[in-house]
Amino acid sequence: MMKTKKPERLDTRKALSLLKKADILDLGQSADEMRRSLHPEGIVTFIVDRNINYTNVCVNQCTFCAFWRSKDAPDAYILDTKTLFSKIEETLTLGGTQILLQGGLHPDLDLDYYIKLLQSIKQRFDINIHGFSPPEICYIADSADITIREALGILHGAGLDSIPGGGAEILADRVREILSPKKIKSSRWLEVMEAAHRLGMKTTATMMFGSVEAPEDIVTHLAAIRDLQDRTGGFTAFIPWSFQPGNTEIGTKTKGQGTRGKGQNKKRATVSSAATAVEYLRVLALSRLYLDNIPNIQASWVTQGLKLAQVALRFGANDFGSTMIEENVVASTGVSYRVTKEDIINGIKSAGFKPAQRDTAYNILRTF
Amino acid sequence: MLKRIETKVLSGGRLTPGDALKLFESDDLFTLGRLADTVARRKNGKKAYFIRNRHINPTNLCVNRCKFCAFSRSKGQDGAFELTIREIIEKLGGRQKGRSKTDLHDISEVHIVGGLHPDWPFEYYQEMIATIRKHFPKLHIKAFTAVEIDYLSKISGLDLYSTLMALKADGLGSMPGGGAEIFAPDIRNRLCPEKISGDRWLEVMEIAHKAGIRTNATMLYGHVEGYRDRIDHLMKLRKLQDKTGGFQAFIPLAYHPRNTEMLGGYTSGLDDLKTIAISRLVLDNFDHIKAYWIMLGEKISQLALRFGADDIDGTIIEEKITHSAGGLTGGQMTAEDLANLIRKAGRLPVERDSFYKSLKVYA
Repeated sequence: MMKTKKPERLDTRKALSLLKKADILDLGQSADEMRRSLHPEGIVTFIVDRNINYTNVCVNQCTFCAFWRSKDAPDAYILDTKTLFSKIEETLTLGGTQILLQGGLHPDLDLDYYIKLLQSIKQRFDINIHGFSPPEICYIADSADITIREALGILHGAGLDSIPGGGAEILADRVREILSPKKIKSSRWLEVMEAAHRLGMKTTATMMFGSVEAPEDIVTHLAAIRDLQDRTGGFTAFIPWSFQPGNTEIGTKTKGQGTRGKGQNKKRATVSSAATAVEYLRVLALSRLYLDNIPNIQASWVTQGLKLAQVALRFGANDFGSTMIEENVVASTGVSYRVTKEDIINGIKSAGFKPAQRDTAYNILRTF
Repeated sequence: MLKRIETKVLSGGRLTPGDALKLFESDDLFTLGRLADTVARRKNGKKAYFIRNRHINPTNLCVNRCKFCAFSRSKGQDGAFELTIREIIEKLGGRQKGRSKTDLHDISEVHIVGGLHPDWPFEYYQEMIATIRKHFPKLHIKAFTAVEIDYLSKISGLDLYSTLMALKADGLGSMPGGGAEIFAPDIRNRLCPEKISGDRWLEVMEIAHKAGIRTNATMLYGHVEGYRDRIDHLMKLRKLQDKTGGFQAFIPLAYHPRNTEMLGGYTSGLDDLKTIAISRLVLDNFDHIKAYWIMLGEKISQLALRFGADDIDGTIIEEKITHSAGGLTGGQMTAEDLANLIRKAGRLPVERDSFYKSLKVYA
């Protein structure tokens, strides 16, 4: 038998030209073919989990975010353990296997808080803790005056299983300067992920596009992810999602309502509307084609709605992400697609795929 | 393999019901999309249309009780409403919260559909149309589905043709395509047993076309029908269009499950795109296929512009019928929002009038 030739890797120049010029149907078809060859069994996975945001207080105050509050804001909070535990219990009852534990960067919480938080959960529950995106890891490390590697080691030891890919936004510092000037730079985001992978922790990677970036920045982002994955192999999935302008400082459609307290950033960059469906699918399809070393691409129903997420399954995606028993961050921009586990199962089926519940490591737990 | 169908379409051949079934059963989304896209471009070039319009629903009182409808009410029931003619005039001319006056005055078309009111006389409808025309002489009045026209003919005692001519004299400019649902009698009986038959719907449209009134046509899909029922529906429309040429646009409507008497879920985004594409391919004698954003959502509607559609409807301003059944969109979009969607889909945004004459091209 003849050996099938491995398709050639997209270089950044070709990727940029596809992103800018390719016909959306051609791009979609190529991504669909690649998805089919990587996942020929026609299974689309999802995870049952809950987003738990332990605090909304955040010193970073990113201009694209509608979730953060300053410490003195009337609706600033730190979740008490009783509420936390009941949220986890509820997640387990609903067949959940993971919590996504994320928060703002709260200036009063120290390493000890996080260790106790993780230990107290692990003592009581058999659940995967997917928690603390790189900006949080860096903040925890810096506050405790230890290295990223040390912080990860300590948190991993206390019960942190895997790390979500949030806070990547666009891994191009020119864009980060506008979107999130106080947030860690690209190199540190990548450093956290590399260190986590070296410790044997799996992570995902995200990209938030459709704000102020140029096509070149998207390709820079994809290249950084692919390079790191070549070295570590620690990314399980890539999740592109589009900026939602509602209630954010940088979005012009709905202005912030002023409940957020002191420290609102005054920089005037504006984005008037969210990326359209065609732009979302274009980026999604390119991600599938370019990230040939990342097995899974997630469709984002939470930002795109169920119908477009179904279409995304034919534009390169093979995973539906999480059922999100609870989600607060995207909802704070005024975008809320309410979706149940049944909706997700039926949605995958009616798109012509076999739905399967997975765990954090993409092992299949149950098919429907 | 769609090669044979592809060749047939590209050489101008007509699809048979068997061809259409193959397309519905095919998984080859991209070939289907590309083919429909090619046909759409042959008909309309790079243009995709929208209109500045406003919806008015004079009443939700309705003597019919269609099982898929979440809009209709009985007299005295919670949420029942009846607009006076004065209220209708105010809606068309008054200020709307959050909108500038110019926006409203700029609309070129009003779309009027409502329930079959148990008491209003025919004269009320005539007065409604005549008064709108008097106040807004330049505004195009697109009003009354075939189901309403049939009802108006019953309450007026006039035949269909005379009913239509009377309304036309008052100012009726064209008719929407609603009430078609699915023509196949067994499905129709399960959906809306009290509504006029598919044959009668087609008869009303044929007479409207003879009376010089252009209309649209719709199909409600994604409930209990099968592909064969959709194909039967398309074939009947194609046949009538061969005879009259009076249809302007075909509008496939995705079923919405909330608050209705029927079970079932939302259609899949992929089914929506395929249905648009197949409609474009089967209805070779229709100039326009509309991806109605209120029902498909703005995301799928935008994408549909690359799967055979060339129109995404309009600014709408206030939508009640789809939203009663769990509509997934907001109720209005500005002309610039619509132009942006079209542009980002790689099409040229054209604001049209009610007969698809170009009013403004958005660069």
